[in-house]
Amino acid sequence: MPAGGLRRCGRYEMTTLAFFLLSLVKCLVVLFILLTAVAYIQLAERKIVGRMQARVGPTRVGPFGLLQPAADAVKFILKEDLIPDTAHKFLYVLAPMLAVVLALLSITVIPIGGDITLFGVHTALQITDLNVGLLLILGVTSLGVYGVVLGGWASNSKYSLLGSLRGGSQMISYELSLGLSLIGPIMLAGTLSLRGIVEAQRHLHWFILPQIVAFFIYITAAFAETNRVPFDLPDAEGELGAGYHTEYSAMKFAMFFLAEYVNMITVSCVATLVFFGGWSGPLFGPALLVAIEPILYFLAKVFFFLFLYIWVRGTLPRFRYDQLMGFGWKVLVPLALANVMVTALVVAWR
Amino acid sequence: MALTLFFLFALIAVAGAVNLLIQRHPIYSALSLVTVMGALAVEYLLLGAEFIAFIQIIVYAGAIMVLFVFVIMVLNAGEVAGEPRSRIAAFLGLPVLTLLGILLVSRTAAPFAATRLGTGDYLVQTAAVGDGLFHAYLLPFEVTSVLFLVGVLGAVVLAARREEPKRQAKAAGAK
Repeated sequence: MPAGGLRRCGRYEMTTLAFFLLSLVKCLVVLFILLTAVAYIQLAERKIVGRMQARVGPTRVGPFGLLQPAADAVKFILKEDLIPDTAHKFLYVLAPMLAVVLALLSITVIPIGGDITLFGVHTALQITDLNVGLLLILGVTSLGVYGVVLGGWASNSKYSLLGSLRGGSQMISYELSLGLSLIGPIMLAGTLSLRGIVEAQRHLHWFILPQIVAFFIYITAAFAETNRVPFDLPDAEGELGAGYHTEYSAMKFAMFFLAEYVNMITVSCVATLVFFGGWSGPLFGPALLVAIEPILYFLAKVFFFLFLYIWVRGTLPRFRYDQLMGFGWKVLVPLALANVMVTALVVAWR
Repeated sequence: MALTLFFLFALIAVAGAVNLLIQRHPIYSALSLVTVMGALAVEYLLLGAEFIAFIQIIVYAGAIMVLFVFVIMVLNAGEVAGEPRSRIAAFLGLPVLTLLGILLVSRTAAPFAATRLGTGDYLVQTAAVGDGLFHAYLLPFEVTSVLFLVGVLGAVVLAARREEPKRQAKAAGAK
């Protein structure tokens, strides 16, 4: 690829209309899969955490409680949607929408497998393959702060404001190490495209091996970015009620909830793609199996990280605020910078 | 198609900038500025500079403006009463603005007409940006980074100086 070269947009030649329709279909399919996944991850979380605490979790709605997510959805839709009198109405309504839209946006660049040919249409298993896919994810993550900050501020309540201040400062602080931890793998792969990073690992080895430090920094910072245990200070229920979404009810609360789980899925996907070789793995068996195996590998790896989220939630206590900030700025950031330096030297040496 | 989008987002950027001035509440002004930054990022993208576009989002909309919003929230700044109107501005504002506009258009229109705007035709690869920064423009790049460092140090010094008497008083009290 010549440096500074020009190139046509798009991987395949097709008419604008066909491209538009194909993208629309892909978006709808991904949205459907994603929302179903969020519903059942949430059920899985309640079940697994239940077992960890010697309970059984939801069992009443449907066999093994499998229809619980549907019941929850109906409840969210039917509940009264309160807007506090003192709230800043416009921003109060805008904040949860912002959170959800931004969370969904980053899924567009996640590839879940190689190319496929379905009904005579040859396409990639991904909504769009950006050259700077990883930058899009980082950009969307950095904008995600607005949902939390504006939601808490617009509610005009002490608990919400304190929750959003905590959440905002935490997300700004850990965003830095999140971005820095990804630079190591980017340098090894020599591309910002997620597909390119996976391809680079297929020829070499999974980046978890040379970048194990970066991986631990990434996973720690990502847990903090998504406001999950042990970094769930923004909604520490013992101190702040529900944090920045204290005043939210019904679908607006559900939107914040949805955003949190979609962000968890994005984080797990990025960890899989950047450090664990994406959909790569040993291929065997008949042709049909070989076609499906990459997707299964990808899903298995993503589910491992989602399970890790739940596992950690059932195991670890919460950080204190000063510990959180101290750890982020004094440990993770210098460590991430050192990793970038060492990786750069190694790449330059080769 | 790309050119239509280009002018659409140019309009959004200008509308955001005007809204920034009109709004009385600082938080709405700050959010208008975020809109301007976002619209500018789309313009960069349409001109084929994808790296610059996303860096624009990450740095301006995602970091700098978040800090603005944060400060406004912490200070709990309320609505600002309108400034007293300047009589000179009322009389001379529109004529001078028109004059500047005419001057700007007459000066820049000719070179713009000469270079064809390549919206949506090509993409500059990220590697090319790095190549430019670290070979052709290495010195300006490094000088700028030193400038930023000086700025950061200056801010730290200013912030530390203001807090020093308090800290000394606290230390004296502890003794």
